[in-house]
Amino acid sequence: MRTIAFILYKEFLQIFRNRTMLPIIFVVPVVQLIILVHAATMEMKHIELYVVDNDLSETSRKFVSGFSGSPFFILKNAGFSMEEARSAMLENETDAILHIPAGFEKKLYTLNNADIQILIDAINGMKAGLTGAYISAVLSRFNKELLTEKGGTRYISLPVKNVMVDYSYWYNPQLNHKFYMVPGILVILVSMIGLFLTALNIVREKESGTIEQINVTPIRKFHLLAGKLIPFWIIALMDLGIGLALGKIIFHIPIEGSILLLFSFAGIFLMVILGMGLLISTMAGTQQQVMFIVFFFMITFILTSGIFTPEESMPYWTQKVTLLNPFSYFMRVIRMILLKGSGFKEVYKEFAAIFVYGILVLGLAVWRYRKVA
Amino acid sequence: MKYFLGFVKKEFLHIIRDYRTLMLLFGLPVVMILVFGYVIRNDIIDVNVAILDHSKDEVTMEITNKILSSDFFILRENIDKSADIDKIFRTGKIKEVIIFEAGFAGKLEKYGSAGIQLIADASDPNSASLVINYTQAIIADYVKGINMQMSRPLQIIPMVRMMYNPELKSAFMFVPGTMAIILMLVSAMMTSISIVREKEFGTMETLLVSPLKPIHIILGKVTPYVLLSFVNAVTIILMGYFVFGLPVRGSVILLLAESILFITLALSLGILISTFSRSQQVAMFISAFTLMLPTILLSGFIFPIENMPAILQWISYIVPPRYFIVIIRNIMLKGTDFMHIWKETAVIFGMASFFIVVSAVKFKTRLE
Repeated sequence: MRTIAFILYKEFLQIFRNRTMLPIIFVVPVVQLIILVHAATMEMKHIELYVVDNDLSETSRKFVSGFSGSPFFILKNAGFSMEEARSAMLENETDAILHIPAGFEKKLYTLNNADIQILIDAINGMKAGLTGAYISAVLSRFNKELLTEKGGTRYISLPVKNVMVDYSYWYNPQLNHKFYMVPGILVILVSMIGLFLTALNIVREKESGTIEQINVTPIRKFHLLAGKLIPFWIIALMDLGIGLALGKIIFHIPIEGSILLLFSFAGIFLMVILGMGLLISTMAGTQQQVMFIVFFFMITFILTSGIFTPEESMPYWTQKVTLLNPFSYFMRVIRMILLKGSGFKEVYKEFAAIFVYGILVLGLAVWRYRKVA
Repeated sequence: MKYFLGFVKKEFLHIIRDYRTLMLLFGLPVVMILVFGYVIRNDIIDVNVAILDHSKDEVTMEITNKILSSDFFILRENIDKSADIDKIFRTGKIKEVIIFEAGFAGKLEKYGSAGIQLIADASDPNSASLVINYTQAIIADYVKGINMQMSRPLQIIPMVRMMYNPELKSAFMFVPGTMAIILMLVSAMMTSISIVREKEFGTMETLLVSPLKPIHIILGKVTPYVLLSFVNAVTIILMGYFVFGLPVRGSVILLLAESILFITLALSLGILISTFSRSQQVAMFISAFTLMLPTILLSGFIFPIENMPAILQWISYIVPPRYFIVIIRNIMLKGTDFMHIWKETAVIFGMASFFIVVSAVKFKTRLE
């Protein structure tokens, strides 16, 4: 026990003496949390529309004004040539082109129907799909207005069956995406700190040769590893605490469930992360290699965790593979506890899974670690 | 010049001899593009829903079937009282509950109107609003169907064309972005470490007393990595083409030239980081923290920049991948020529020159 205490003392001294690392460990994550939480919104509010109205009739003008009244569209450009409109789309100056051909009004009133052309930049498929849906909503509203206005008695209104759809968003009625992103980004930052610090620490001693000095001391492997891991465990949990406090103060994220439960889950989760860090450091020879491997794991874990893109959208087999992603457990649990107030009863499966995971990874790492050069 | 070539040769040997790093260098991008090309999607498929049908009649069955046969939704559970809704949301699997009011078909027939309530788990607001949108669209389609019999006069018929990506494939959106991210992060990290390493090992002193000028040392460090990253860029483009069916509609030569320019930018950023940091650990943390998340979030890779708050839109102007993503999407998917992307190219060129000049100036020729 005393040996561990000494190693802990040494490690903490090293961490706190390093003036460049300290701000990186504590300040950078906080700044990132504050800034990046705002970025992750899928809300489509500013769809830029290029209008090519070759008809310039009363009806076409009224139709176009239906778009300027919609909160989703910005009428950014207008012109008379499709060539120019297409060129604007090539330059990303517009998201969609609405083309009303000449003779639109005349055709509508003589033939009873008329075409319009809509071109949507579909590189972002989801955005394109929504754009299409919003455009047809504006269109059908206009159609209805036209019918009541011009139709008059000519068209007897037939009984129309209608289904009223009413919707509500639970746990986050204003669809405040920050409530969703703060916990997610916290998970990323805490793991990033834990993984990088652990993985680099031992490899650095290897590279600079100081590991041999420790190897020749009578310190046991377990003592050494405990002394190496505990400081980072504490630092990562501290980062989590700071992040939560800031989330509460700045973003007013709800904390419905028990903080104690959250921290105990985080503690177990960090076993997996620190274990991985240790495992990487037993396999890598240089800090450069460590960085590549850690970077690879981080970015894979982040992007498959379902934080930025929904987990259900992934193909079936990758959904199974993400069972191996510790991030997705923690993301799920931290949101359940914070936003829905889930208790231990509801998250015990994740607890069990991450506990077994932690034992396996940490066990493997400790077993692989050799106190020889 | 002779000194310089010798130095470049030395750097090459360093890199090639360390076969473990070399393997990571070439292997990781391949694995990553495969993983992300398949995994990162933002369309909605197979969302778990629960249905609370107070009516259980013919019409509600029809609507239920229509919703479930759409590929977007999977029925997880039928529940029979409202009190259960909270419970099933708490276990976390169900994203949406669809509630039909009692006597649905009768009301629809008699009053011409009946109600459906949708409740979404908005703890993930992005997908919650998508799920609601999709469900509404399906129901609207059903309503249109039952009203079909009546002839509607004065119809405006929209002819919608999805440009550049008619099948709305997610890969079209994300593969170019992934390419930018991989090139950016891998290149910047590699170089940021390479100079600091010489500092840590003390070999920097040897370099400083040699007749090489600082700019030569920096360029010598960058040159081999430009070649290696270029190989990566080509691999990624080929994989995009053969694995994900991503076309290259514009000029391949232009695409490659832009890639080299962007790689140079990423590498010079790495050099800049290395002149500021004293240990490899610091260099790594700076490149990991200040590059990884901002590159993913502020580059328009996943989240459209125009929806962000104004301040973030301003910040995004200094995120280099932002410009490169526009360039590759334009060349590959839209088939644009240089005339439509010269602005972005100029920005990247300017940033790269700025980073190189600053690092050459900051580069200390003395040890502390």
